[in-house]
Amino acid sequence: MKFQFDNTMGIFFRNVLEGLLILLAVVFFTTVILLVSGAPPFAAYYHIFKGSLGSWIKLAQVIQVWIPLTLCSAGLLYTFRIGLWNIGVEGQIMLGAVFTTAVLRVDAAKGMPMLFIGLAFIAGIAGGAIWALAAGYLKTKGGVHEIFTGLGLNFVGQGIILWLIFGPWKRPGIASMSGTELFPQQLWLPLLPALRLPPVGLALALAALVLTAVLLRYTHLGLNLKAIGNNRDAAYLFGLKPDRDMIIAMIFAGGFAGLAGSLQVAGVYHRLVPAISSNYGYLALLIVMLSNYNVWITPAVAFFFACLNVGNIQLPMMLELDSSLSGVIQGSLVLAALAVYSWRSRRKAPGGTVAA
Amino acid sequence: MSELELTLVFAGVVAGAAPIVLAVLGETITEKAGVINLSLDGTILLSAMVAFAVALETNNLLMGFVFAAVVGAVVAAIVAFFSIYLNQSQVAVGFVLTLMTRDLAYFLGNSYSHLQGPQVVPFPVPLLKNIPVFGPVFFSQNLPVYFSLAMIAWCWWYMYRTPLGLQLRCVGEHPRASYARGIDPRKLQMVYSICGGLLVGLAGATFSLSVKPGWGRPQGAEGTGWIALVLVIFGGWNPIKAATGAYLFSFLQVMGIYCQEWLPTVPAQVFQVAPFPLMIFTLLVMSLAQKESVLNWAENKDRMKSILAFLSGSVPTALGKPYRPD
Repeated sequence: MKFQFDNTMGIFFRNVLEGLLILLAVVFFTTVILLVSGAPPFAAYYHIFKGSLGSWIKLAQVIQVWIPLTLCSAGLLYTFRIGLWNIGVEGQIMLGAVFTTAVLRVDAAKGMPMLFIGLAFIAGIAGGAIWALAAGYLKTKGGVHEIFTGLGLNFVGQGIILWLIFGPWKRPGIASMSGTELFPQQLWLPLLPALRLPPVGLALALAALVLTAVLLRYTHLGLNLKAIGNNRDAAYLFGLKPDRDMIIAMIFAGGFAGLAGSLQVAGVYHRLVPAISSNYGYLALLIVMLSNYNVWITPAVAFFFACLNVGNIQLPMMLELDSSLSGVIQGSLVLAALAVYSWRSRRKAPGGTVAA
Repeated sequence: MSELELTLVFAGVVAGAAPIVLAVLGETITEKAGVINLSLDGTILLSAMVAFAVALETNNLLMGFVFAAVVGAVVAAIVAFFSIYLNQSQVAVGFVLTLMTRDLAYFLGNSYSHLQGPQVVPFPVPLLKNIPVFGPVFFSQNLPVYFSLAMIAWCWWYMYRTPLGLQLRCVGEHPRASYARGIDPRKLQMVYSICGGLLVGLAGATFSLSVKPGWGRPQGAEGTGWIALVLVIFGGWNPIKAATGAYLFSFLQVMGIYCQEWLPTVPAQVFQVAPFPLMIFTLLVMSLAQKESVLNWAENKDRMKSILAFLSGSVPTALGKPYRPD
């Protein structure tokens, strides 16, 4: 977060130039991939664009994807700042979704929808935080690297969801991949009538961004996270508590991810589905890296990624291509950006190195 | 279980472990030189897809294996290049590549989904296959399996018994010291990352051309790369111990299939995710086994001490911290 106004024009032009360079490299790479697979590149780009920004309805879909991506990215800023690789964010979304579903399935929920939706959000935050705490404590107390615990817990989370959908929460009659039974309409998150967007979700995502920006920039917590992330041993000698702050960072990351899971259940699917996390956690990791760990760039990158994800849905329908092209574009964007960033500066990237 | 059935089970364990062994050996070589290639899970899928597509198009299995190895090497080279020459975090680049290569595999492999393709055929070794028990388990397999077995021994011998292996371990332990001895750590780390990548690519080919033949979304190899990464730690960066871990894992997978038959009340999802909590638990035990308090407690207990010694492995000191010239 560097808001300096000296030499702004120079920095601005350099950033634009670098951005163009990154985009050019990615477009070149993606075009090659499309040609290799025998698809017409321009048609593919056109469908992605038209499928994401071509109409108000599509734009609303993009924002619907943007909300969980932004929430997860905001949470990841805490863990990246302290040097943790919270790969478990994917599972944290899942557990948030599971806890939310559990609350909304209560019979009494129909009678007091507002109360139970509120409770469901709190449960979702708790669910994500619990999953994050598991990875956090295994890291601080058990000495197991958070990448492996996080990843393992993601698989476990997916297992729990499948088990619930096919076991205890199965639809009356037949259990299927389409998920649990739909909640009664009262328990659906209210939508903006024209755009089919939940204002609550939008507000929560924006609030999470502002909260994160303030906490990281203006509080002791933010300073401590940064100090520990830069040099844990020095921070410890300085009287900071790396273990405690790592747990706090994990709680924030897990809480935000859990909230994203809540919104997916209460606002988008209105039930628990197997792919409830939709890879948004992994995408959020890429988003934060591509934003160079900057709070204010994150939402813009998240928006672009959301466009790709939504626009991509056109590819199987229009061109009979697999919809994983967005992942290729997103990954190559991050790689190109990393190359350009490293060219620009020798600054040490957060996340640093890992001693497995 | 009859003796024949047991032999079949173990033959299945050895065959199923072949790709995991190759991936684990590849990653062990890479990490021994000080580079973490976190992209294993995606690399295996991409090379599996390429192997299947190439073998199908050319109707030549060998070409499939060659191209898969090249894919593995290229991905590993990207990780190593970004880390060694561009000063980027290996974990970051590896993670991005994990996701990207997986998506690339699904995207490019779309038109090869669910096709009948060539498969590696069994190649029993004459004479050796007649040895009771050992014959059917080890010597009635196919060539990739023999290759994986030979690679275990070769990797160990190369690392611990040759001057080049000493260099390999040295750049992973103390790149600066190797530099002082006239060895270029950056070059060696690049070379061994690529060598490791070749093996990882072959692991992918072994999946799509032998163990789980064919291509699709999902292919069935998903998650193996992560398991392999953990097995390297489990093996304490020793190729033989790491390969043993691969066989243990393969054994557990086979047992899982039987358990599903024996315990039909337990939902299938439990068996599918069971390896992952187990993986966390293993890492936890290994990490605790190296804690000072635990070591003190085991001081006078001989059996515990030998268990702890087995569980502890020495991390290559420079792992993840590439050499920077002054």
